[in-house]
Amino acid sequence: MPHKLFRFNGGVKPATHKTDSVRAPIGRAPMPERLVVPLHQNIGGKPQPCVALGDRVLKGQVIGTADHWVSAAVHAPTSGTVRAIEPQLATHPSGLPTLSVVIEADGKDEWIERRPVDYASMAPESVRELLRDAGLVGLGGAVFPSHAKLSASKKTPMEELVINGAECEPFITCDDMLMRERGEEIVRGAGIFRDLLEPKRVLIGIEDNKPEAIAAMREAVAAAGESFEVIAVPTRYPAGGAKQLISVLTGKEVPSSKRSTDMGVQCFNVATASSAYRALTFGEPLISRIVTLAGNVEQPRNWEVPLGMTIRDFIALGTPRADTNRYLMGGPMMGFELPGLDAPLIKASNCIIAASPKLFPPPPPEMPCIRCGSCARACPHELQPFELYWFSRAANFGKAQEYHLFDCIECGCCAFVCPSHIPLVQYFRYAKGEIWGRERDKKAAESARARFEFRNERDEREKAEKAERLARAAAAKAADNPLASATAAPTAASPAATPAPAAAVTAAAAAAPTSPAVPGEAPAATGEASEAERARKAMIAAAVERARAQREAAAAARPHDAATSPEQ
Amino acid sequence: MTHYLFILIGAVLVNNVVLVRILGLCPFMGVSKKLETAFGMGAATTFVITLSTGASYIIDHYLLIPFGLEYLRTLSFIVTVAAIVQLTEMVIQKTSPMLHQVLGIYLPLIVTNCAVLGIPLLNVSSKSDFVDSLLFGAGSSVGFSLALILLAGIRERVDGADVPRYFKGTAIALVTGGLMSLAFMGFAGLDKYQ
Amino acid sequence: MMIYAILIMALGAVVLGASLGFAAVKFRVEGDPLTDKIDAILPQTQCGQCGYPGCKPYAAAIAKGEADINLCPPGGADGVQKLAELLGREAKPLDAEEKPKQTALIDEQRCIGCTLCIQACPVDAIVGAAKQLHTVVDPLCTGCELCLKPCPVECIAMNPVGESLDNWKWKPPVFTLQRQA
Repeated sequence: MPHKLFRFNGGVKPATHKTDSVRAPIGRAPMPERLVVPLHQNIGGKPQPCVALGDRVLKGQVIGTADHWVSAAVHAPTSGTVRAIEPQLATHPSGLPTLSVVIEADGKDEWIERRPVDYASMAPESVRELLRDAGLVGLGGAVFPSHAKLSASKKTPMEELVINGAECEPFITCDDMLMRERGEEIVRGAGIFRDLLEPKRVLIGIEDNKPEAIAAMREAVAAAGESFEVIAVPTRYPAGGAKQLISVLTGKEVPSSKRSTDMGVQCFNVATASSAYRALTFGEPLISRIVTLAGNVEQPRNWEVPLGMTIRDFIALGTPRADTNRYLMGGPMMGFELPGLDAPLIKASNCIIAASPKLFPPPPPEMPCIRCGSCARACPHELQPFELYWFSRAANFGKAQEYHLFDCIECGCCAFVCPSHIPLVQYFRYAKGEIWGRERDKKAAESARARFEFRNERDEREKAEKAERLARAAAAKAADNPLASATAAPTAASPAATPAPAAAVTAAAAAAPTSPAVPGEAPAATGEASEAERARKAMIAAAVERARAQREAAAAARPHDAATSPEQ
Repeated sequence: MTHYLFILIGAVLVNNVVLVRILGLCPFMGVSKKLETAFGMGAATTFVITLSTGASYIIDHYLLIPFGLEYLRTLSFIVTVAAIVQLTEMVIQKTSPMLHQVLGIYLPLIVTNCAVLGIPLLNVSSKSDFVDSLLFGAGSSVGFSLALILLAGIRERVDGADVPRYFKGTAIALVTGGLMSLAFMGFAGLDKYQ
Repeated sequence: MMIYAILIMALGAVVLGASLGFAAVKFRVEGDPLTDKIDAILPQTQCGQCGYPGCKPYAAAIAKGEADINLCPPGGADGVQKLAELLGREAKPLDAEEKPKQTALIDEQRCIGCTLCIQACPVDAIVGAAKQLHTVVDPLCTGCELCLKPCPVECIAMNPVGESLDNWKWKPPVFTLQRQA
């Protein structure tokens, strides 16, 4: 039965460059000697390291635990020794470091004890937890923790589960090869998702320029005896965007204010499905993925690589040509230039492209916007990029938000069609970053205000309490010693009876735990207060003396002997 | 009926109070940086002008003319307008804080707005009756709001444009206002068809 | 004739004045929403560099017209611009040097555990107890520098907040910058 397809607005048809890397089957990359595994590889929380320097770790052992619900664990990709837990160059356009675990492989590739589970007999909640601890994230590139997407909306019944094998971006073929070679894993993984979400239908969407993958998936579905529909969708970038694929297959448009589960749809990448299957059936956490090596290399091919392999080790597998000048991660439309070859392959790496000036000529100079509207016709999200550009450039971010800047998926269609060669996506990324930065500052300011107000309130309270205490003590003393009361009472009561505003500063200090008495109020009390005061002053003086001596010693030591360790 | 229509068209477009009569330029330049504030100012001015045209008509016809005190017109109109503005601000602030949020800060600005004084005076010189005066006042203030909102819309966009540095801000706004004024000249004669 | 004129103007003045006076009493509104609006713009470092004991008092002073709008160094020129926009005043250059955002760091070798900095911190961002090592909770530190002076052993230093993956932003495309220069 032919499936009725819908269409999304805009889109472009760039040259696909996909044929070169699909000639050879998926290769298994050799285990490098040194692996750099960043701990924060997912959207959401930052996993915390749970191994120590010098520990021996086994393949698949957890090295970073998920810190809260929207987070995913990180595992050792092979057995070996932890050589460092320190910031290392991140696989990120910024070129900044991120906390990573450096593992020296011992070559034995020894697995930790794997525990396959029968998920059908488990509570859905514990299956989701298991997937989180297996480090499962969306492997299409968004790296959103998958378990967090596996709860159906309470209000809307789940209708469709979409398995995304569209892979619309040029050069990338990792999903294509995965579908050709491991269709069964994908179908079984989709079965797991189906059992957790209980949708009415499961749709597997594949772009029609991958006939082999479509055939392989149809075969796998038939072999598994499932009723999934494998649907060929027209090849048009960005058909592989989650919202685009959902609208092509189901006709549902997910508004920006809603999640797709609220519309009764959920979408997963094919690689995510196969990894979920491996995690539950074999107990293998997510420690490897398939990465396309393409572009200006002698042997373009797909490789199954251990996560944490550095780009340098990886590109050696394909022998880059001499004129390669930079490397991109992701496709040419949405990818970014890698900051260095020491960056590792991470869960988000689907493709590494060796770029040369011939393959990607430098863009022509940017010309003024002529408001031709080509970008609006190309935008798959039906935005108006020329308006967004206008306001982003003028740093009028409020207006840009009014024009739905945050619905932009940065697919690059607008920049692709722009006759003035304006790098529109860069402007949008810049505007988004600025807005996020401002929101961060605002939140920080609000919390600081709350803390400041709380502190003031506490100071007031403590002052009042202290005044009350003093008054009570004075009253008690007056009762105990009627002879002395005539002289003691007026003096003792005076600070308590007059919580004068002038004393506010000193009273605040008085609330501190170290100072049993404070100048200004002390004379009224007995002599022991002033004694404590003296002791405290002496202590501080001694400390100041010590600190000065230490500083001087350090200053004296440095010029003579800079190499030895500094002051303790 | 067509008589009233022509009064309205004449006030809004042909003799637009800002762009053709060049009255009330101060808020036209000062409050047209953002569309939202332009809307607020437009609404506040419409409200005040319509009210003060009515009040001025009554004062003129039942107080000044019977006693032959026409020479006190300007003085008494200013006092009336100022009082009305103050009064409405206080009432709005108390009765409708929401409306005060929108109009509130613009109301005191209107006291010194020459359009508010000019329209009652124009009414007097054209010897129109009460309904005509009110219509003319309402039409003129709608014209004022229209010009203000149009300019604000343009200025929001011009903010992002590559304007030469010395033209940035008020300079380019004045140029824009001038061009708009020229454009509104094109409506001349629209109300002469009878 | 003169008498009429004076009488009528006086009558008008009395009527209008009376009604305004009546309205002022009848429609009085309490509270000043302006202070809160100004306070929302201020960066809430509570540093007191403006000469007021916190951001809220400074906001109140601006609202009353007692303080100028360019006294807040942590807010920077951007903050002055926003205040100028809110209040419809002319933006002015900042009355002090603008500093990059900083946070305090306690040298653990030198800290003697005197708790003086804990008392000075306006946002409770320093933890520790008497004779115990103190430390600054970095994400909470507003960089107000109020803890520097009380420390008897000068063990607190200000460190600029560097760029990290958490606060990294895409830069604007370079072409624009070149053209505007």
